Amino acid sequence: MTAVQAGASPAPASASESFSNVTCVFCGLHCDDLEIERTGQSLQVTRNGCGKAKAGFERPLVKSEPRVGGQPVSLNEAVAAAAKIIRSSALPSFGGLGTDIDGMRAVMSLADKARGVVDHAMGEGYAQNMRVLQTRGWFMTTLTEVRNRADLLIFTTDVLKYHHRFFERVIHAPQTLFADGPVKRTIVLIGEGYDTGPISGPGVDEIVTISCASDRIGEVISALATLSKGAPLPAETIAGVPKPQLEDLKARCEKANYGVIIWIPSAFAFANADLTIHRICDFVKEMNVKQRFAGLTLGGSEGSTSAAAVAAWQSGYPLRVSFASGAPQFDPELYAIPRLLKSGETDALVWLSSLTPDLAAPQTSIPTIVIGTFDMKLDREPDVFIPVATPGIDARGQIMRVDGNVVLPLRDLHRASGLANSIAVLNAIEAAL
Amino acid sequence: MLIKFTGGKVYDPANGIDGQVRDIYVRDGRVVTPSATDTISAEYNLAGKVVMAGGIDPHSHIGGGKMNIARMMLPEDHRHDNVARGDLTRAGCGHAAPSTFVAGYRYAEMGYTAAFEPAMLAVNARQTHAEMGDTPMIDKGAYVLLGSDDYFLRLLTRGADKEEIKDYIAWTMHAAQALAVKVVNPGGISAFKFNQRMLDLDEKNAFYGVTPRDIILTLGRSLQELGVPHPVHVHGCNLGVPGNKETTLATIRAAEGTPIHLTHIQFHSYGTEGDFKFSSGAAEIAELVNQNPNVSIDVGQILFGQTVTASGDSMRQYGNTKSANPKKWVVMDIECDAGCGVVPMKYRDKSFVNALQWAIGLEMFLLVKDPWRIFLTTDHPNGAPFTTYPHLIRLLMDKTFRNEMLRRIHPGAQAATILGSITREYSLNEIAIMTRAGPAKSLGLKDRGHLGPGACADITVYDDNPDREAMFTTPAFVFKNGEMIVRNGRIVHVVAGATHVVRPEYDRKRTEKPLKDYFETYHTMRMENFRMADEEVITAGCGHAPGTCGCLIVQPVGTRK
Repeated sequence: MTAVQAGASPAPASASESFSNVTCVFCGLHCDDLEIERTGQSLQVTRNGCGKAKAGFERPLVKSEPRVGGQPVSLNEAVAAAAKIIRSSALPSFGGLGTDIDGMRAVMSLADKARGVVDHAMGEGYAQNMRVLQTRGWFMTTLTEVRNRADLLIFTTDVLKYHHRFFERVIHAPQTLFADGPVKRTIVLIGEGYDTGPISGPGVDEIVTISCASDRIGEVISALATLSKGAPLPAETIAGVPKPQLEDLKARCEKANYGVIIWIPSAFAFANADLTIHRICDFVKEMNVKQRFAGLTLGGSEGSTSAAAVAAWQSGYPLRVSFASGAPQFDPELYAIPRLLKSGETDALVWLSSLTPDLAAPQTSIPTIVIGTFDMKLDREPDVFIPVATPGIDARGQIMRVDGNVVLPLRDLHRASGLANSIAVLNAIEAAL
Repeated sequence: MLIKFTGGKVYDPANGIDGQVRDIYVRDGRVVTPSATDTISAEYNLAGKVVMAGGIDPHSHIGGGKMNIARMMLPEDHRHDNVARGDLTRAGCGHAAPSTFVAGYRYAEMGYTAAFEPAMLAVNARQTHAEMGDTPMIDKGAYVLLGSDDYFLRLLTRGADKEEIKDYIAWTMHAAQALAVKVVNPGGISAFKFNQRMLDLDEKNAFYGVTPRDIILTLGRSLQELGVPHPVHVHGCNLGVPGNKETTLATIRAAEGTPIHLTHIQFHSYGTEGDFKFSSGAAEIAELVNQNPNVSIDVGQILFGQTVTASGDSMRQYGNTKSANPKKWVVMDIECDAGCGVVPMKYRDKSFVNALQWAIGLEMFLLVKDPWRIFLTTDHPNGAPFTTYPHLIRLLMDKTFRNEMLRRIHPGAQAATILGSITREYSLNEIAIMTRAGPAKSLGLKDRGHLGPGACADITVYDDNPDREAMFTTPAFVFKNGEMIVRNGRIVHVVAGATHVVRPEYDRKRTEKPLKDYFETYHTMRMENFRMADEEVITAGCGHAPGTCGCLIVQPVGTRK
């Protein structure tokens, strides 16, 4: 077996260092304008960091060692123990998948050889979108288009809870490409639980609130579609929204130069949420017959957009792929790790969380290997724990933004953590199978 | 170590060898002329076999955002072609939107040693290179899209100095690690975002006031002056629109003698005659191509069956969504830079339109006289998956077979095509030009596509089977850099393959100053992060340390004028 080398040099190359244009890995927006100061092994976000970024980058580095059965071991011993668990497993699951593109390549290579199942911790939300993509398709846009073009933005969830800088980076643009100054925008908030405070700002001309329960947003969108086709509504209120309010919204949609509807699949925490996304995507398509409209799906935290993309180009299928037969099989119900754990069909869990300490492995009694951050939150001691470098802090890498086209470079900020690179760890486990 | 390939019938048109029996010597991955004192360490007896350079596909959508959307959207496309892990090979899937690994394996198994992604969005360059990096066996490279990006259109609108425009083009090629530049529906992808639904050659983009003609000519001249070997790669206006042959004829004339490559020309060669208001424009276009030596084309042949169309042309792909089969599709606007459209398509020989599209492509192949200016493509996967190439080669080489196929298509299409009256059959030498020497020359790959001394030893050996489809489906041997990678159509050794780029000269400081401000003011990504570093191209597990291996090949450019 090849010995795995720990990551960076034991001491920082220099006492302090400043970094600009740093990509943040702590939400799916992957803002790439952060300024970070390193002093010794401590990092401080000095500019353009939101609360999540500060909390993520500024965690004090504490020494963490590989463990087997709770006892400190060498990295090679931990790798050997992990390989042994996978080798003796009939159907290993590879979950979490909080990593970047190169990390996911290493996961796929290992899962392919180990004949395992691959699913991301955010797999359910992602699967909701995939159901729509695979049955109807969609018409989508990306952040820079929204920033410069969108004059009507329809939200279906409080995006700021997921992406603290969404309005700052995408909506409150003082200068835009096709208008003199900011785009004069109407912000429509459909649903519930919005904090409207931070929404106002440059370019936000008007805020329209349409209150309804989240699981009835699909009905509101359907009503809009009905009205825009010139058909009558079947009732005076739809999902509690009075008809005049719907008619007003329909008129705003028809007046828009570039309308955008935004959703976060994991925020739709109700049964058959894909049907709501379905309605949104169909409405967007219908609006494009005469004018321009587009959808924008957000979320994409913990590297889930990268994980799905790599899974798709390497296997042909997005997440929830099984290599059990030797060839990839895709089934978003069958190969969901939560289901496999519940049914007892999987007998080993490899959980990767190299971006944040928060992606806790699910409760299970089957042998578990956690490859995580140095300060990984653990509900119970796993059979094997291997602390690894975070791409974008301790290692170089690439990560895909939530809108699915832009891939940002991740930097090594030279804090000399001594943590092993997760790619080297995964490759070593694969070599030891 | 000197390897001798003995006694094969060699088709090496770049060096004027047309089926003569020749010995070829290879050392350290290169074709060499041995000296009398050299000892031969290995010998392959190729008596009776056909020897060519490895195949080169100059237009195949093998990587990047739109192909990955196609993969995700179409699980049913892969389900009947899931590919299990082998002793040497990774698991994956095949058919219209294959996995990256399987695409690489199947190209090599078909005797190809290079394929080029023709539509890389600069903002999506990292993904495109990552996917190409995960495509083993073959060499790769990509053409970066310009012409609907806001920055370029603004340069044209304000009448920027031509040196500034050239600098921006060169900067983009460096930033995206590109081999060439492609323009797709020039200005039209942008126009669609302003709700324009079509844009003809002399129509103005509503916001920028520039026409496709301006864009094509500026890109064409700039690339020529930058010394970039491949001319501007043009996916013209009005793709798929009946009557678009007029636009194509006008586009050829609009080039005014500037080198220009018109891609998947089959999709741009339609007239409006007949009961179905759909007819072939191939004869007229082929004639104009024949008359204009500055023009090269590739065909984008369609072949019958299920496939998926994936294009940067969001405007025209949106128009094509009404033909989606199955009925689902994706269209995207991307970063004030580009767009894409992914529409599944099932071409049926009993459909008049599809059948005539098939005939138009073949007419084009057979009516364009100079094989150095026409390349064999299906615009994979848009006309058909690349795995259909051996069938297509047989259609070109075997008139009897072609006419047999012709009799099976929609009778109206049979009546509307002159295909049955064309007696031309391609020779093996012409096939070698069209699938090797021609693309290599056009792309500026000086040491590829031929077998002369100094050439990279990418060599394909075929049995001389009169059934050309069988012959080109299963090569006897394929060598990459002198190493055997395929035997009897099966992978015997896995290699990574290189990425080819060109790097025209430009003034970086002068170019980046306004660009940095532009990105910070208007974009959601910093210029510094838009630019790809060399190490980022070479992450594909080639087994070499970044920068120390031959996995990134910088091809020479001419002197900037």
